[in-house]
Amino acid sequence: MAVMTYREALNMALREEMRRDPNVFVIGEEVGLYEGAYKVTQGLLKEFGPQRVVDTPIAESGFTGVGIGAAMAGLRPVVEMMTFNFALLALDQIVNSAAKMHYMSGGQFNVPIVIRGPGGPAAQLAAQHSQSMETYFYHVPGLKVVRPTTPMDAKGLLKSSIRDDNPVIFIEAETLYNVKGEVPEDPDFLIPLGKAIVRREGTDVTVIAYMGMMYRALEAAEELEKEGISVELVDPRTLRPMDTETIINSVRKTHRVVVVEAGAGFAGMGSEIAASVTEQAFDDLDAPVERVTGANAPMPYARNLERLKTPSKDKIVAAIRRVCCVNGHANGS
Amino acid sequence: MAVTKVVMPKLSDAMEGGKIIKWLKKEGDRINGGDILAEVETDKADVEMEAFGAGVLRKILVPAGESAPIGALIGVIAEPGDDIAALVASAPAGVGAAPPPRPAAVTPSAPVAPVARPAAVVSAPAAFPAGPGQGAQAGRVKASPLAKKIAAQSGVDLRLIQGSGPGGRIIRRDVEAAGSGTAAAMPVAVPAAVSGAEFEDVPLTQIRAAIARRMPLSKAPVPHFYVTSEVAMDPAWELREQLNALEGQPKISVNDLVIRACALALLKHPGVNASLQGDAIRVYHRAHIGIAVALDDGLITPVLRDCHAKPLAQIAVEARDLVERARHRKLRAQELSGATFSISNLGMFDVAEFSAIINPPEGAILAVGSVRRVPVVDDTGLGVGRRMLLTISCDHRVMDGAMGARFLQDVKRLLEEPLRLLV
Repeated sequence: MAVMTYREALNMALREEMRRDPNVFVIGEEVGLYEGAYKVTQGLLKEFGPQRVVDTPIAESGFTGVGIGAAMAGLRPVVEMMTFNFALLALDQIVNSAAKMHYMSGGQFNVPIVIRGPGGPAAQLAAQHSQSMETYFYHVPGLKVVRPTTPMDAKGLLKSSIRDDNPVIFIEAETLYNVKGEVPEDPDFLIPLGKAIVRREGTDVTVIAYMGMMYRALEAAEELEKEGISVELVDPRTLRPMDTETIINSVRKTHRVVVVEAGAGFAGMGSEIAASVTEQAFDDLDAPVERVTGANAPMPYARNLERLKTPSKDKIVAAIRRVCCVNGHANGS
Repeated sequence: MAVTKVVMPKLSDAMEGGKIIKWLKKEGDRINGGDILAEVETDKADVEMEAFGAGVLRKILVPAGESAPIGALIGVIAEPGDDIAALVASAPAGVGAAPPPRPAAVTPSAPVAPVARPAAVVSAPAAFPAGPGQGAQAGRVKASPLAKKIAAQSGVDLRLIQGSGPGGRIIRRDVEAAGSGTAAAMPVAVPAAVSGAEFEDVPLTQIRAAIARRMPLSKAPVPHFYVTSEVAMDPAWELREQLNALEGQPKISVNDLVIRACALALLKHPGVNASLQGDAIRVYHRAHIGIAVALDDGLITPVLRDCHAKPLAQIAVEARDLVERARHRKLRAQELSGATFSISNLGMFDVAEFSAIINPPEGAILAVGSVRRVPVVDDTGLGVGRRMLLTISCDHRVMDGAMGARFLQDVKRLLEEPLRLLV
């Protein structure tokens, strides 16, 4: 295993899959000559040439449509969104063409496309560029939605996404591109889609989080460890299909659940997980499921307000104490 | 398709009514014959209630927490298209016609006329200002689903527990603390001893109520007489130690020896293994022996069947299993009825002797004291020996003193020559 950044792990995954399968190609704004706005496609133009690393005009709907058409014709496009907020311009292509083509053609067409790029809050990107875009996509039947938290997951899940015959929405994070971690160099290393992982074992409460929120939940878990609260951390990794089995197994062990998500809570991933837990493990619950979510407001530009809107370690700690009924919170909430 | 009435079943001899602990099926669920529909708390134990018909559970008439007399309609199984309106409408009348111990507990659950509606609408706004904690006072117990599950499994009464969760909700640790007999983990305000109330009225549990109801029915109409005998237990004690030293053999208790001795003696003295049935005495040819088991809030008498035909080791294994499950209230209904004779053993409490009350319709019960080391006089002079006092209580309508004495003499002989228990 090598230690590398999340960015390098993604680059490695793209490079390996392009070497493995000549049908894989990259398309998007600034992916070629400029080597990607976040340098994820670094060196690809040099190795694979302009036919497989395609720079496009600023026209998300157009180049996403090109990708979908190419996928229907048998290629395996990886479409880069400079940020996932721009995917809103391609929403009709993604929702009405990519997601539904297999169904509406009676199985005649697959759309093996990956649409990838960074999403979620970062640092002072303001209201239009800080959105947790996964919520727009995991509601749509026909799409798979992946959110990789670590460099290893970034590589293993991107490779599985490229090899998958369904359209996959693969949302990275600007704040994670420089995170380092161990990554297998084996070109056959894959992480299956739809499989959650227990990142930390615990006995008192299950905290479900992904991406940046997982790192904050980890800090919260370490703080609470000193107080004798044992936190289990579950990372779904793939939001659709969701691995509820791993989540439910954890709940049956800990009997308490906190879900953390960066986006606004209404109809979010926390609601979905809370519903699954209530349906499948009601008799195992010792407390209502708690959600820690972004505030119900557009992301402010001001640094102090941005901090207030986003779930923090302290908010996660407080929620865990509430479900465990400790530290004077017995009559709170 | 057939409509199946679900009625409160008679799950034990003494049962007059039962309380639904919880429904395991909900309205709309498809039911196959043999499915467990609900858990019922009878006067003796918590038992599972089976479905006797197939279809859809269309209506639940007695919700969890409420009681109903035996035979009362508590639910309806039918196909979705079947008209069950008439049957459901008849429920209150049917309930009233049965001999209800507490009819008031049943009536509110019956679906009644729309007359109730306006009242509910009027009272609804008044419910909103109620603050946290008021729900508990109104009779609904607030507990987490997990706490409820654990309480149901361990027989803990949630009404008696103070919750330490938000708004007084009972959570897992409260039930576990109550189950283990220790105080709740969270400190709960306790009134100072001096200013405390002088007494409190603890509501009767089902089992306490059953004992209170049943015992006068035995002691008053059944003319008891008592015969006591002392048994030299030295050989039995020694034999038991030898048996228990054998590897791979179940451990034998003194009570197991007494059960075996009684079973053999009952076969020889069927007049003691008998019951008054109106104008006849029913003499049993099989020895089904009830074993009284003390619980925290009462006692229960599971039945070990066909003791006369079971070797000592089998009696030991089966008796231990029955006692264990009795303590956890996991007995099946058929294990609680049909005894022809009973044994009550208070030996573990260092009791010299006592006399027990007969459990009708049985004809007799044996009270077993402790095995004590006492000074004894024999041919060689004064020595130390192990002695145990047995007292049999007999129904004088069924048998006379001499019959009881002869039975006891045989039990004594079997215990004093304990190899007879093994052959």
